[in-house]
Parts: sequence; structure tokens; C-alpha cells
Amino acid sequence: MIKEKRQILIFTLFALIVLLAPLFLKGSYFLNVLVFIGINTLLAVALNLLLGYAGQISLGHAAFFGLGAYVSGILTTRFPVDPWMALLAAALCAALLAFVIGFPILKLKGHYLAMATLGFGIIMYIFFNETVDLTGGPSGLSGIPNLRLGQLIFDNDRNNYYLVWVITLGVMLLSINLSQSRIGRALRAINDSEVAARVMGVNARILKVQIFTISAFVSAIAGSLYAHTMTFISPTSFGFNFSVELLTMIIIGGLGSMYGSFLGAAILTMLPEFLRVFRDFDIVIYGLMLILITMFMPKGLIGGLEALFKIVINKIKGGAQNVKR
Amino acid sequence: MDHPGQLVQYVLTGLSNGAIYALIGFGFAIIHNATGILNFAQGEFVMLGGMFTIFILSFLNLPLIPAIMLAIIFSTLVGILFERLAIRPLKNVKPLSLVIITIGASIFIRGAAMLIWGKDTHALPAFSGSNPLYVYGATIMPQHLWIFGITIMIIIANKLFFSYSILGKAMRACAYNAHAASLVGIDVKIMVLLSFMVSSAIGSMAGIIIAPLTMTSYDVGIMLGIKGFCAVIIGGMSSGLGTVLGGLLLGLLESLGAGYISASYKDAIAFIILLLILFIRPEGLFKQKATQRV
Amino acid sequence: MLSVEGITQIFGGLTALEDVSFSVTPRSITGIIGPNGAGKTTLFNIVTGLYTQTEGKVYLGEKNISFFAPETLAGLGLVRTFQNVELFGQMSVLENVMVGLHTKSKSGIFSCAFKLPGQIREEKTVREKAYRWLEFTGLVDEADIAACNLPFGKGRLLEISRAMAVEPQIILMDEPAAGLNSRETAGLAELIRKIQDLGITIVLVEHDMELVMDVCESIVVLNLGKKLAHGTPREIQEDKAVIAAYLGED
Ligand SMILES: Nc1ncnc2c1ncn2[C@@H]1O[C@H](COP(=O)(O)OP(=O)(O)OP(=O)(O)O)[C@@H](O)[C@H]1O
Ligand SMILES: [Mg+2]
Repeated sequence: MIKEKRQILIFTLFALIVLLAPLFLKGSYFLNVLVFIGINTLLAVALNLLLGYAGQISLGHAAFFGLGAYVSGILTTRFPVDPWMALLAAALCAALLAFVIGFPILKLKGHYLAMATLGFGIIMYIFFNETVDLTGGPSGLSGIPNLRLGQLIFDNDRNNYYLVWVITLGVMLLSINLSQSRIGRALRAINDSEVAARVMGVNARILKVQIFTISAFVSAIAGSLYAHTMTFISPTSFGFNFSVELLTMIIIGGLGSMYGSFLGAAILTMLPEFLRVFRDFDIVIYGLMLILITMFMPKGLIGGLEALFKIVINKIKGGAQNVKR
Repeated sequence: MDHPGQLVQYVLTGLSNGAIYALIGFGFAIIHNATGILNFAQGEFVMLGGMFTIFILSFLNLPLIPAIMLAIIFSTLVGILFERLAIRPLKNVKPLSLVIITIGASIFIRGAAMLIWGKDTHALPAFSGSNPLYVYGATIMPQHLWIFGITIMIIIANKLFFSYSILGKAMRACAYNAHAASLVGIDVKIMVLLSFMVSSAIGSMAGIIIAPLTMTSYDVGIMLGIKGFCAVIIGGMSSGLGTVLGGLLLGLLESLGAGYISASYKDAIAFIILLLILFIRPEGLFKQKATQRV
Repeated sequence: MLSVEGITQIFGGLTALEDVSFSVTPRSITGIIGPNGAGKTTLFNIVTGLYTQTEGKVYLGEKNISFFAPETLAGLGLVRTFQNVELFGQMSVLENVMVGLHTKSKSGIFSCAFKLPGQIREEKTVREKAYRWLEFTGLVDEADIAACNLPFGKGRLLEISRAMAVEPQIILMDEPAAGLNSRETAGLAELIRKIQDLGITIVLVEHDMELVMDVCESIVVLNLGKKLAHGTPREIQEDKAVIAAYLGED
């Protein structure tokens, strides 16, 4: 019970900081970066539901992100569809695809699942590139309209910031709720021992497909938000490299932690923005981080921070006792 | 199908690519059977083979044969380093962690190759000139013959090694039951290292013999790696005939598909085959189903 | 209660079980014994739906449950423990038992994510029930420890608590005493009787003969995949074939 209260407190604090941040950030460039961090956090949260909770890897999540972006982009540029409707259609489309391929793909385990999702991601990438009539092919799709609410148009960094972060915070809260529930426990049980989970009555097959579907749904929302805020999309944003980048985000941040997802997304989004040299070195550094963190810090930076926090607390407590004596 | 020469040409291209896929597949199988690890970095060794050779040719000005041998040695050294630094230190980790570590290694090697050799595409000179031979209206490059010859040699050497040499037999024993193998005095750690060495050597060889035909660059490893994986999945994770057939089948389907359906979907064909096999017969086309131990 | 008819299991060339039939009466404790590799765990795996038998049928009461999935069987009140303790290591002891209550609760993904009032109420009862099972097995003090940090003996107890949370009609235990010291084994015998008193049928695979002879009302002996004998502990102890094949070895 105390644990639950503490969680509510932490989330409220986090949400307050996020929502008040624009008041203190004057430069619009930084807000722009924060919009991207928001979208990447949303994606990392989506992947974390699948990998961090249920322990099922996906190396093709950029495909759902891309599908969301393209469905939204195509519906609003080639057909007179309202952007909000397009966003919904994009999310449902990705969810449907995930549901259909989920049954055969999630029967596979470990390495095989990784390879299959990787193959799926690359097939989708080829389609984004080759169906030129629909997607515009390698040269991309431009002129995607912004989202709007009545008079409010999401066409500047401040508005986009609130658009993206309100949705991201919402999804984070729902994911945190989920982890503390019957379903969250069943997912973590599958992660630890699928056989034992099934014997306890958890329908692992269905539950894995459900969480995969939800994860794709959320990823496609992120894709749609990306398309409507950028107004231009091209296939390079949705390839294998980006799937690996997403994986790196949640490994670095911490598997199973939604704040870890934010941390990972923030680091991976900011490093190339602010460190020029980083741009050429990015994949070398991602590779190294994946290896080192998996070997030495399996709970990611968030796990590391928590451990550090505990040590500090204990030191302070110890110190206080010494003073008393 | 305008003329039969075209068909022959597609079949030829398909078979020579397929031979390469089979060799890459062998690399996957050798490590997987010794350690249970699926090495996602396998494709990078293929890339390293080609890139090292080009680098040695142009910077050290060595003749082709020594350059190739040196390149294989270098790639094998990278394989050894990889095993020593990233695989051996691990103790009872989850399969998921191994997946992530080998993916990390894969993009690390790719990134390092890009930093060192740049993003350009390079061509390796053909081993014995590029005057084509004409057979039934199809053009055969001498390099095709090299590919077939070397692949057959590697297949035979591989078979001999695992069936007749003490070392090969020891490796097979480890694959079958590592604990029992250690009880009869086989050093399992050495066998694991050896499996990484053999598979990076075979992988780099594959990369070297294909480079004169397809060009090479720092990022050819992913695609070739996944196609090799596809071959070995069809072959049921064996480093034998099944994988050779798997590779040839994949190469043929891919090249015929590219020729008669659409060249731009060539890679998609390979991946759709991969998914179908994984969905329908993950134990391979030629193997019996096994019951997963609980 | 539970009966198997003509179960045969072939792995590649190896026949792990051959034409095994027997049945278990309600509320009884039945032991299954046999040397290593006799096929005891394989039999459990077939009954609980983890393996697909080559031939043969399994009945729960009147119901033919051959080829049912494990999760369906849990819903029908058939549950088991594992020889190589299969706990949810990263989860707390309490949460492990709460997973056992999965079939006894029904909030879906939607109500869990939005914390609908029904879900909050359900969560509370699940927690209370889980605590009661921990009291039943004596693990309350460890409720908040991660399962992977539990000492081995207590891990075995947690497996039983988790299985009990499913509220089974019948529980299959695969070597629950393996790795326990003699004090823990005595406690286990007591616990097994307590479970029987709740009206639950128990099938016990065990190498600890003292325990088996002590608690079981009837015993099935397997050897090399075949049923060698079925009878009361006394009958089994006097059976010539059993002594020759099994007890004589010790
Ligand atoms: N999934 C499987 N694939 C192939 N063979 C198997 C499989 N599961 C069990 N076996 C084999 O079936 C035989 C019976 O094994 P089982 O585990 O049922 O024995 P057991 O009676 O439980 O032995 P123990 O007392 O050692 O636990 C053994 O020879 C074992 O190797
Ligand atoms: Mg057993």
C-alpha cells in the first residue's frame, strides 16, 4: 500500500515537471528536441510493454512506427480524411496487423523471435520504399497536415510539446497501472517462466498476442504524431537501425521501467543533437552500450540509480544514528 | 521468358548466391550447436572478410592470395576477441541477454568498420580476370566458378573435420551434451572458442569470394547474415547438406523471383520465405519435430 | 478422479512411456515411484498438457482431458509443482502466489490499465487470499522477498503455496522433498496431509521412500517407461518384481 502511494507521488511529480517545463524553457530549439524525446519515450514505453514486461523481443518495432506514420500521412494527403481520424485508423491498422502476425510470430522464442521480428521489420521497410504510388518511395511523403483542436493548431513546438507529452504521460500512467495488476503479474510470470505461468492458468499465447497488439497500437500512435508534427516522412526513419535504437533506449534506461524508457529515450535523442562528434560514432556507441549494460547493469540506468539512492539513504540513516550516539 | 539463356543466367546467379548463403549458414550452425547461441554478428564477419581483403590489397600492396589469407586471419582474430570479451565472461544469463549482446556486437563491428573504412562501396578484383564464358546464352564469370569450387571444398573440409578429426568430434560431443563432454575430459571452453574461430573464418571466406561479384561495404553484413540464417533454418540448424540445400533453394527462389516478378522485391522474397519457414516448420524442412524439454 | 489409459510417449527413437494405465481415487494420496529416467516427470508433463502424448487418453472425472492446454487444465482444477523449481524469480513471494490466483480473478487489460473500481476491489481480495495461502504454508514472513532470493527449501514450499492458490481439485507434486533436510521433509509430510484434509487429491512423484510409504495410500511403480506394479505401500514393498527392479538396487 505504501509502495502504491509512493508510485502515485513519483508519477505526479514527473508529470508536473514535464508539464511545467515549457514555462522555463525559452529557446524553442530545446522544446523541439523535447517533442522528439516525447515521441521516442512513447515508442520506448510501447516496446517496454512487450520486452520489459512480457520478455518478448521485437527487432521490428520501427515497422509499426512507420506504419502509423504512413497510414496517417497517406490518408490525410491523398484522401480528405481528418487527421484525428487518420491517427485512429493508423493505430487500428497497426494493431490489426500485429494481431494477425502475433499468433504465429509469438510462438517463437528467444533468438528465433528476434530473427522473425527483424525479418518482418525489413519486409515492411521494403514496402515503404517500393510502393512509390502510395508512400512516395525513398523521396518521402510531404505536406502532411497538422492536427488541430478547434482553433488550436498543433503547428509550433510549444503546442506539439503538449500534444505529444499529454499522450505520452497518459500511456505511461496506464502502463504503470497495468504492471501492478493481475495482467501485469501474468506478463512478468511469462517472462520468468512461461511453462509455470501456463500451469497456473495464464493463457500465455493469447496474452502475448494482446500485449504485442497494444504495443503496436501505441507505436503507431507515435508514428502518426510524428507524421503530423513533422509534416514530412521518409522510409529511412523506420528501418532496422531505428528498431535497434529503440531496443538500446529501453536496455539503457531499464527493462520494465517506464521512467527508464524516458531516460533511455532522452539520452539517445539528445546525444546526437548536442554532441556533434557523436553523430558518426552513434552506432559504435549504441553497440558498446548494449553489450556493457547487458553485462554489467542488467536493470539499466534506472536500476543503477535506485541502487545508488538506497546506498545514499542508508548512509544518511547510518550517519543520523551515529550522531544520536 | 524471352530466351532460355536468361533462365540459365538466373539459375546460375541463384546458385552462386545460394552457395554463399549456405556458407554463412554454416557459421550460424557451428556456433549454435556448440553454445546454443545464435550469433547475430555472423553477417559482420562476412563483411569483415571482404573489407579486410580490400584494405590489405590497397594499403599493404600484397598479392591477392596472401591478402585473402591475412584477411581470414584478421577476421578470425575479431571472432576470438568477441568470444573472449563478450561471451566468455557471461555466466548463466538469459537467452534474451545473449540476443542483445550479439546484436550489440554486430552493430559495434559495423560501426567500427564504417569509421575505419568509410561509407563507400568497394570492389574486390576478381580472382582470375573477368573474361566471361558463355554457356547456353548465359554469361558465367570466372568468379562464379571460384565460388562453386571453394564452397564445395569448404563443405567437404567441414564434413571431414567434424566426422573424422579428434577436434571436430570433440566439438560435436560438446554440442550434444556439454556436461558429459567435460566429464570425459574435453575442455568445453576451448571448444566454444574454437566454434567462434571456425565460424568467423568460414564467414569471412564467404564474404571474400562474393565481394568481386556484388561489391562490398560496411553494411552488407545484415542482409547477408539474415539470408545465411534463413538457409540454416531451412536446413534445421545443421552444418551439413540440409543447409546447403537451404541456401541453394533460397538463392534460386530469390533470383528467379527477382528476374520474373520484380527486382525491387528481391530481398522481400527472402524474408517472406524466412517467416514462412519459421511459422510453419521452425525445425527445418528435413528434420523431425522434437519436444521441447520442460 | 484422474485416470490415464494406455499412455505411450516416444521421443525420436526413445520410448519414455509405454502403455501406462492407472487411476487415482478422489481425496487419496497416490505415489508414483521408479528409478531415474523411468518416465515419471514425462507422465506429469503429459497429464498437465505440456507434452503431447504419442498415444493414450487422460480423464479428469468423466471428462476426457487428453491434449488440453495447461492453462485450461488449471481452470478445471488440475495443477502441479516442478522437479526443478520453476518460480517467478524476479517477482516477490506474495506476487508468485497472486499469479496462482489468476484463474480466480477476471479483470481484463482495459480495467487493469484504467484501474476501474471492480479491478481495485478484486486486487484487494486477491492479495488477502494470497496472504492466507502463505499462512497455510508458513511463508508469511517472506512475503516481500524476491522469489529468487528464497532458500531452496522455502522455494519448494512456495511452489506448493502457488499451486494451492489455484484452488485445485487435484495437485501433482514432482519430487517435493528433493533437496530438503529431514526437518523440512517432516514438515512437508504434515503439509501434504493438511492439503488432503481440504478434500484435495494428491499425486506424488518422490524418491524419498520413507515419505512415500508414510503418506501414500496407493503407489504406482514405473520402470523404464512401463508400469511394474500398483498397490498399497505394503503390497509394493513385498512385490517381487519391484524389489528386483527397483528396491533391490538401493
Ligand atoms: N522432451 C524430451 N525429449 C527427449 N527425451 C526426453 C524428453 N523428456 C524426457 N525425455 C527422456 O525420457 C526419459 C524419461 O524421463 P523423465 O524425466 O520422465 O524421468 P523421471 O522418471 O522423471 O526421472 P527422474 O527421477 O530422474 O526425475 C528419459 O530418458 C529422458 O531423457
Ligand atoms: Mg523427474
